[in-house]
Amino acid sequence: MTDKNKNFIPIGPYHPLQEEPEYFRLHVEGEIVKSVDIELGYIHRGTEKISENKHFDQGVFLVERICGICSTSHPLAFVNAVENLARIEIPDRAKLIRCVVGEMERIHSHLLWLGLAGHFIGYNTVWMWSWKYREYILEVFEKVTGNRQHYAMMKIGGVRRDIANDDIPWIETNIDEIEKGLELFLKAITEDPVIHARTKGVGVLTKEDIKDYCAVGPVARASGIDMDVRKDTPYAAYGMVDWKVCTCDSGDIYGKAVVRILELFESLKIIRQCLGHMRNTGGPLDVNVKEIPEGEGIGRHEAPRGECFHYVRSDKTNRPVRHKIRAPSFVNVATNQKAVVGSHISDALLVLAAVDPCYCCTERVIVVNKKGKLMKGPDLIKLSQEKTDRIRKKGL
Amino acid sequence: MQSIDNKFTKSLFVFHAACSPCNNCDIEILDCIAPKYDIERLGMQLVGSPRHADVLLVTGAVNKKVVHRIKMIYEQTAKPCVVVAVGSCACSEIIFRESYNTCGPLDKIIPVDIYIPGCPPRPEAIIAGLAKYIKSRKNAG
Repeated sequence: MTDKNKNFIPIGPYHPLQEEPEYFRLHVEGEIVKSVDIELGYIHRGTEKISENKHFDQGVFLVERICGICSTSHPLAFVNAVENLARIEIPDRAKLIRCVVGEMERIHSHLLWLGLAGHFIGYNTVWMWSWKYREYILEVFEKVTGNRQHYAMMKIGGVRRDIANDDIPWIETNIDEIEKGLELFLKAITEDPVIHARTKGVGVLTKEDIKDYCAVGPVARASGIDMDVRKDTPYAAYGMVDWKVCTCDSGDIYGKAVVRILELFESLKIIRQCLGHMRNTGGPLDVNVKEIPEGEGIGRHEAPRGECFHYVRSDKTNRPVRHKIRAPSFVNVATNQKAVVGSHISDALLVLAAVDPCYCCTERVIVVNKKGKLMKGPDLIKLSQEKTDRIRKKGL
Repeated sequence: MQSIDNKFTKSLFVFHAACSPCNNCDIEILDCIAPKYDIERLGMQLVGSPRHADVLLVTGAVNKKVVHRIKMIYEQTAKPCVVVAVGSCACSEIIFRESYNTCGPLDKIIPVDIYIPGCPPRPEAIIAGLAKYIKSRKNAG
C-alpha cells in the first residue's frame, strides 16, 4: 500500500449516495482518478432462468420486475419480441396506449435522474423540485394504470387496460403542469453558472468512445450520435406521430442533462399527439393470441436509458426456451471506465451517475475471461470428466 | 427495557439497505422524503451509516452475494433496532422465490419487526407501517 500508484478509494456497496448496492474502486494518484474497477452482482436474481419456467403471459409480469424505474421498457421490449416471433399485429388503440405509457415512463425516469444529479452536486433544491413535478406524472399513472410503479399495461397482443376518453382532458392538464416545471429546469440548467462549472467539460465522451463502447441512448445522443430505436425502426405508434431526436455535441455531463431535458419536451409532444389520435381511434385493445409458433423473435424499445433488447426463442410450447435480455446500462456503465479517468474525486460520483446507471437492469450473468481462455459448457464437462478419471486412477 | 422502547416513539433515524431490489421500493422510500410525503416533518430522517440508525429499511429479495453483507449491516446497528421489510420481495420473495440466486425471505436471515407488503408499497403505506409500530410501542410502554 506504500506504492503511490496503489492508492484506491472504495465506493459502496452500501454507500449513502447510492440507491442500489454496487461497488466501485477508484484508483487515484493524489486527487486525480487514474482508473476504475466496477464490481456488480449484488442484484443478480436469475431473471432469464426464471423466465424459462414461466409461460409467455407470466413472462410479462416477470420482466416488469427486472427494474422498477424502467418497468414499462422491459415488458414493451418483451412483447415486441414475442409479437415479432408470432407475427402478431396489434390494434391501433393499443399502439397509442403503449406509446403514451412508454413516454410517461421516460418523463418520470428523467426527472428522477435530474433530481439525483442535482443532489450529487449539492443542489438539493433541484432534487426536491424535480421530484415534486414527478408526482404529477405518478398521479396520471395511478389513475390510468392503478399503480404508481409497475403499471402492468403490456400484454402479448395488446394492452390490458384502456385509457378512458373522459380522462384525457385531465391527463392533459397534468402534462401542462409538468411542462411548466420543465421550462423552469431548462432555464435553471442553461443559466446557472455553478451548474455550468460543475458539469461542463467533466466526464467527456467523444464520438469514438461511444462507438468503442457501443453506448446507447442519451449517453450516445449527448456525444452527437443520432441514434434512437423509436426513429430508426418505429414500433407501437412512434411512426404515427411527429417528433425529433435531440442531440448535443459536447459529450460532457452538461450535454447529457440538456439532452434529457429536451427529450422530455419531445415526450410531452408525443403524448399530446397520441392522446389526440386516441380521441378518434376506437376499436379493440388486443388481439386473441392462440399459440406461439416455433421460432425466434427480437424486440427492441428505446428505454429512458437507451436501447433495451429482448430475444426470445420458442419451441412451440407455451414457454420460451431461451430468453435473453440486454439492458441499456449494460453497455453504458462500461463507458465509466473512460469518462471517469482524469477527473477529480469530487467529480467522480457525478460522472458515474451521469450515464443514469440502472444496475438491476444490467445484472445478467457475465463470463469473466481473465486467463485468456473462455470456459464453455463442453469445456466444463471435459474438466469434470477428467476429474472423475483422476479420482478413479487414485482408487478413491 | 420499557424506557428504551419509549425512545422509539420519537424521531427515528432510518438507514436504507437495498438487497437486490428492483429499485421500486427504493424510489418509493426516497419519495417519502420528497416534498409530497416528507417524513422529515414527522421527525424521521435518512442517515448515512447503519451505526446511527434506529430503523433499518430493507428492500428486495436477498441474493447470495448480498446475504452476508446484510447480516453485517444488521450487526453494526445499535440495538435495539427495528428492522422493516419493505415490499413483497423482502416479505416473501414473490416471483424470485424460484431463482437459483436468492436466499429466502428476509426473516430467515435477520429478525424482522415490521412487514410492509406491496409491489411497491405506496409511500403512504410505508409511513403507515412505521406509524403503526410507533403506536404499538406507545401502548406497550
